[in-house]
Amino acid sequence: MPIASQISMVPVVVDDDKCIAEKGCRTCIDVCPLDVLWINEDTGKAHMKYDECWYCMPCETDCPTDAVTVNIPYLLR
Amino acid sequence: MNLPDDISVKDVDVLIIGGGTAGPMAAVAAKEKNPDASVMLLEKANVKRSGAISMGMDGLNNAVVPGHSTPEDYVKEITIANDGVLLQKGVMTYAENSYEMIQKLDNWGVYFQKDETGEYDMKKVHHLGTYVLPMPEGHNIKKILYRRLRRHRVIVENRYQAIRIMKDSEGNACGCISINTRTAEIYVIRAKSVVMCTGAAGRIGLPASGYLYGTYENPSNCGDGHSMAYQVGAELTGLECYQINPLLKDYNGPACAYVTGPLGGYTANSKGDRFIECDYWSGQMMMEFFNELQGGNGPVFLKLDHLAEETIQEIEHVLHTNERPSRGRFHDGRGVDYRTKMVEMHISEIGFCAGHSASGVWTNEKGETTVPGLYGAGDMASIPHSYMLGAFVFGEICGANAAEFAAERDFAELDVDFITAERDRILAPMKRTDGIPPSQFEYKVRRLVNDYLQPPKVTKKMDIGLQRLQAMEEDIQYLYARDAHELLRANEAQHIYDCAKMAAVASMYRTESRWGLYHHYVDYPETNNEDWFCHVQLFKDDSGDMVCKTRPIDPYVVELDDNEKNAYAQMRVQQAG
Repeated sequence: MPIASQISMVPVVVDDDKCIAEKGCRTCIDVCPLDVLWINEDTGKAHMKYDECWYCMPCETDCPTDAVTVNIPYLLR
Repeated sequence: MNLPDDISVKDVDVLIIGGGTAGPMAAVAAKEKNPDASVMLLEKANVKRSGAISMGMDGLNNAVVPGHSTPEDYVKEITIANDGVLLQKGVMTYAENSYEMIQKLDNWGVYFQKDETGEYDMKKVHHLGTYVLPMPEGHNIKKILYRRLRRHRVIVENRYQAIRIMKDSEGNACGCISINTRTAEIYVIRAKSVVMCTGAAGRIGLPASGYLYGTYENPSNCGDGHSMAYQVGAELTGLECYQINPLLKDYNGPACAYVTGPLGGYTANSKGDRFIECDYWSGQMMMEFFNELQGGNGPVFLKLDHLAEETIQEIEHVLHTNERPSRGRFHDGRGVDYRTKMVEMHISEIGFCAGHSASGVWTNEKGETTVPGLYGAGDMASIPHSYMLGAFVFGEICGANAAEFAAERDFAELDVDFITAERDRILAPMKRTDGIPPSQFEYKVRRLVNDYLQPPKVTKKMDIGLQRLQAMEEDIQYLYARDAHELLRANEAQHIYDCAKMAAVASMYRTESRWGLYHHYVDYPETNNEDWFCHVQLFKDDSGDMVCKTRPIDPYVVELDDNEKNAYAQMRVQQAG
């Protein structure tokens, strides 16, 4: 069964300059009910790895450095 | 015989599955009942921000407060709203414990709105009585629950998805098989009693937007508990009484007539006219909503543009900071301002949810399912219209009863064959090198639900839908997951698949119409009390087939007067416009 990968614009945006994941912070990753935020192996920062978002906002609200912004998913805007 | 090394095992006295609303309360109650018992709270996400109230809640929808209503009044209201089919004893148990729970939460630091005399500031939204109590600072409720879990030394395990309930040789629930959602390690929890608090099945249907996660319910509430209960042999009830909610179109969050109604907002048609008598959610209300959407007066709107500036500011504060706080952002993106425009509404995809309607795993007034040692509370159980406060009340009842049940028992022998077979089944999608992605499998199930199982229900359509779903059984062996996260979705997709079949089987069994839109069966348009004034129980029979049977309604504890019975039948405003 051949498979393909498709790109997707994701709703949650992390400001790499503000994100302190390299210091061990995992707040947004911990609180996400859908578990879609992960560490980006290339940058060491948090990012949205899976486009499975309920736009519920714990990641943005609980982020200690205001690095996270939750946008409304494109299909819903 | 021992378990293989790749499966770890933990023994606890009481296992609670689901750390959203009912779960934390059940865990605390089990510890209060027996401080020496070991109590584990297993959560698929993280208890700090999980479940339907991950960002809080803006009010109690069903507070039974002395001076405003009595438990008897409340039982009557819910009996009428639910067309008489309910376990009244269960609703009465809720109503009698409602006020005590409000006081408990108040003591824990949850702020409820009070009037100038310091009394609870109750609002009328229901058709008959007064049951709504605003929580303008309700965004902190999960923090308050979390503090209690720490104080009572509950063992919290985050990022574990429960997949199967285990039963001992005598048929008692004795723990569960779970999987770590980040490492795909199998984790068996052996317990002396189990409480399921897994929330609604909110990912059965596809939202109108087509975005799989743009659901009304928190999408992590996908029916894990409904599927587990079914697979272990418990009865489910009222699944044909779907949950369908009014909501903001596309955003898919509640329009919150409960918040705006008492402040003068209302549901209107495209002409700006009120067309329903009462914004409290019932099948009859949803039927009128559906008719208006389909008719020439649609679409339907939330109307606030006639309200004063300070009232609108109050509404914005409550609606844009609690429960679904991205709502303000959604409106901003479209240039919608409550002051100048009505907000377009729609109806949700279908789901199973006792919180808002009456569908779920059968539980009695003690929170017991039909499997001994297995309890259920909150949106996944079957006490109707229970909302957040009902989840707390029955969470507490289940936690205490489960602790008592556990005290009488020893740990069961582990069924090694069952556990290793389950391990192989659960992990199979990760062993493959290609196949069907869980997202495609899930999309197809949910699209079939929308095409064939949504009301208006038609036998021929449901027949096709069920056949198409049954054909997908073959696809399960091809599910393919590249990592532990995709495996989580593959497991969820199979639970959603079970729920979709249950929706079809239960709907076709009840050959009448009842609960307004929820079970609007075109082939049988009338309510038939002679044959169908009963519960429909769905379960897995001895040969493994999904079947239904009827269950008589227990004698009422509160009788209705004749003039009350039809109070919810007249929902349409008689002379709109």
